[in-house]
Amino acid sequence: MKVKDIVSHLSARVITGAHSLDESAEYCFASDLMSDVLTLRADNMLLITGLANVQTIRTAEMSDIKTIVFVRKKKVTPDMIELATENEMVLIECDYTMFKSSGILYSAGLQPVY
Amino acid sequence: MHLQYQVEGGNFTKAGLASSDLKRVLKLLNVDPKIIKRIVVALYEAEVNIVAHAWKGAIYIEIETEKINVLLVDEGPGIPDIEMAMQQGFSTASAVVREMGFGAGMGLPNIKNNSDELKIHSEVGVGTIVEFTINLNNEQ
Repeated sequence: MKVKDIVSHLSARVITGAHSLDESAEYCFASDLMSDVLTLRADNMLLITGLANVQTIRTAEMSDIKTIVFVRKKKVTPDMIELATENEMVLIECDYTMFKSSGILYSAGLQPVY
Repeated sequence: MHLQYQVEGGNFTKAGLASSDLKRVLKLLNVDPKIIKRIVVALYEAEVNIVAHAWKGAIYIEIETEKINVLLVDEGPGIPDIEMAMQQGFSTASAVVREMGFGAGMGLPNIKNNSDELKIHSEVGVGTIVEFTINLNNEQ
């Protein structure tokens, strides 16, 4: 699924990485626990999280995750944008809950990691 | 190739700087991306452990043709029972560490899962030494 379609499905806002909207993700994982994210081996993965801090971006960097959706109206901070830009990531803010976001994207065809 | 980094205990804004730099170096060396991911995830877990639990630490990395060896030496409270610390779900992390998305007792087991060899030595009240090796040529 293309990033621009993810944004559209979630009525979300792209905060940084607008030039990568034609990139796509095949898998999705939803968690506020970065320790869980770090155990995943899947590639081409979207992360849905309500944890908005710099370590979320660091975790994505180490896990080769290029797109993150921040749910529950969480706000991305300038230091997160700086680190995400260095790593050519797309950061998206979404007003929906994690459950609703996950349900919409699952129905639209994104695959679970396991 | 030898790389060395210092790690500050308690400073989460800097946690991951060493892992990030190592990832950059390994990409330049054209290491397989799947192996890079295993290496940097293992190092990041270990780096976060120092930030979360120790007062300060140092990371020494040796990159050879066939393997990478990572040594993390910290000054900190140490681990009283390493066997228990290796069990998934066991954690002594503070509320601050948990708020950062860590402290679920998954770090050491994940380092083991991603490495080909792992050794841990710890002395209570002195510190902990974590050493892991990952082969660069054969995928796990």
